[in-house]
Amino acid sequence: MSNSSAAQKSVVWDWLTTVDHKKIGIMYFLAGLFFFTIAGIEAMLIRIQLMFPEMAFLGEQTYNEVLTMHGTTMLFLAAMPMFFGFMNFVTPLQIGARDVAFPFVNSLGFWLFLFGGLLLHVSYFTGGAPDAGWTAYAPLSTTSEGQGVDYYILGLQVSGAGTLMSGINFLVTIVNMRAPGMSMMRMPLFTWTTFVTSMLILFAFPALTVGLLLLMLDRTFGGAFFDIGLGGNVVIYQHLFWIFGHPEVYILILPAFGIFSEVISTFAKKRLFGYSAMVFATMIIGFLGFMVWAHHMFTVGMGPVANAIFAVATMAIAVPTGIKIFNWLLTLWGGRIKFTTANLFALAFIPSFVLGGVTGVQLAMSAADYQFHDTYFVVAHFHYVIIGGSVFGIFAATFYWWPKMFGYRLGEGLGKIFFWLFLIGFHLTFFIQHFLGLVGMPRRVASYLDGQGFNEMNLISSLGAFMMAVAFIFLVVNVIVSRKNTTNVTDPWDGRTLEWATTTPVQEFNFAQTPLIRDLDALWYEKMNGNGKIKAAEPLDEIHMPNGSILPIIMSSGLVVASFGVIYEMYLLIALGLLINFGCMFVRSIKEDHGYHIPVSEIKKQGGES
Amino acid sequence: MSHVDPSARLEGKASRDTERSLKRETKAQIASFVFMIFMTSTAFLTVASDAIPTGFAIPFILLLASVQVIMQLYYFMHLNSKGNAWANVMMWSGLFVAAMTVASLMLLIGVTKY
Repeated sequence: MSNSSAAQKSVVWDWLTTVDHKKIGIMYFLAGLFFFTIAGIEAMLIRIQLMFPEMAFLGEQTYNEVLTMHGTTMLFLAAMPMFFGFMNFVTPLQIGARDVAFPFVNSLGFWLFLFGGLLLHVSYFTGGAPDAGWTAYAPLSTTSEGQGVDYYILGLQVSGAGTLMSGINFLVTIVNMRAPGMSMMRMPLFTWTTFVTSMLILFAFPALTVGLLLLMLDRTFGGAFFDIGLGGNVVIYQHLFWIFGHPEVYILILPAFGIFSEVISTFAKKRLFGYSAMVFATMIIGFLGFMVWAHHMFTVGMGPVANAIFAVATMAIAVPTGIKIFNWLLTLWGGRIKFTTANLFALAFIPSFVLGGVTGVQLAMSAADYQFHDTYFVVAHFHYVIIGGSVFGIFAATFYWWPKMFGYRLGEGLGKIFFWLFLIGFHLTFFIQHFLGLVGMPRRVASYLDGQGFNEMNLISSLGAFMMAVAFIFLVVNVIVSRKNTTNVTDPWDGRTLEWATTTPVQEFNFAQTPLIRDLDALWYEKMNGNGKIKAAEPLDEIHMPNGSILPIIMSSGLVVASFGVIYEMYLLIALGLLINFGCMFVRSIKEDHGYHIPVSEIKKQGGES
Repeated sequence: MSHVDPSARLEGKASRDTERSLKRETKAQIASFVFMIFMTSTAFLTVASDAIPTGFAIPFILLLASVQVIMQLYYFMHLNSKGNAWANVMMWSGLFVAAMTVASLMLLIGVTKY
């Protein structure tokens, strides 16, 4: 049935049933921010526990749980969803599409992620969170007491399914839904990195699914894949995990690279230097990401030949990354640089990330890695790349796209205080940890003894962490007090790409007429060579829109019910949950829903951009 | 303005060009169908006859199977037709990555004993 217009809905119902990529993007972002806050609090607890030697603030078991949840939440439920928020919101706008290719699947992906994340956090209230580290290595995870690790397995399975769906959705969207004239080599870099990231998701997540499935079979159903006594092999789990896990870290950094490319070229007022080199560097990083997983396992005993191969492959990644760094520097070269908060994060990213990259090459030397392995040196390294890369990217994107997403500009004054506090706090926390690792402090330990030379450095590190927490409070305050800045939100940065050609707030159909793209940096081209408005590729006509649906939530909750069934070995509950899930799929399949049309008069009334 | 119902029947006659290409496709499909039956019976005979040793039969059948999968994808599932370039890129790059991963994993776990 195709209605002429959508039915009026209440606000809550509208958000619960929405299939609009912009609303889903905002929900992804806010849910990610929620989990980011939780994981940040967990980080503070860790740093308080390690502030002084032999602290009894958390206790060993709780420390292990908090440590595991900090890592898991930050990677799967905070950083990735926040990037997904931006990808969802921005990518269709940047390629001139009305929505993603599968709006329903998009909404399903979001709700699966959210429910998986919440399922994971239920474990805190049911007798203990997972305590086997974010990697959940067997046999530590297969022999862990209680239900914590079961929550980890099922929570990640559910949210991982959502992530995989969203990844496929982005791929199909970018391949099929580009506006006329938007060839692959005219796509903005953020869209390119979204594309490559989605490819990584598509190829990497199945390995995680298999690893977690085997873990679940071992823990719940008496399997013996990782039970050496019955002929299993624990190292296989490590391989499976890192075949997923290494691409995962590129899933986390590539979107940030895209964001920095947008932000730097916008605020340097210059076309991105070496666009095609940037694109190919992105693809090479994506490919090499699959070829280096064993560098996480140098000390497992793979033998010198395997270690050497993976060491060389790992170092090779420094080459495309270096290409990117130099291209950003050359984009800045001679540009009219504006030091907005978004750009400050992008500029601070370059040296911070290079520091993380240098320690990465150090760690890639397998002989030296025997010394670094499982010390705070590794902790310092990956926090440098994840905070200095991904989190800086998220914050840069937050300040950059906030006007488009929420209709008001974040204050620059408070933003700069936030930036400086965060930058100094971050380096204070993690720079010292390199030396902490070099003098021998092992990672993942709940405490340390007095008189080992760890005291001062740990105290400094904790103080830095407090600084970051204070900085984050400034961000929250900024979000609240800046609500009055509703002027100049359509194109506040004099943008180059297509998303700045839309109105703010963006209309539900994005573009009244599908835009015609005439060059890379489509909007900038029109500003320089046209009248500053994007040309239309089609006459004004009514627009076909998909209907919202509540089914994604029901489907996801069905999987959560089934997950509880697996965790507590209640087979009826598993059956019930799967019944709900497949029932929803059935309903979705047989129910005809052709969406609705927005008439031309309505589009004109909303003052559509053309 | 009225909109085209995507599930509606096509009306009118196909153009000469379309007819010609359809004819060509039919021919190709029949040929590949016959070829696939031939391969299937070869596979069957390989197993059925005692003359062929098992050590040869297994890899040979696997080879036939992969040829059949590729033919199935390209001739019957239209992977060779226009507009499927990206599907091809995705499938082959996925296969490439997976094959390399599995091969190195077999080497890593098979050669070194723990």
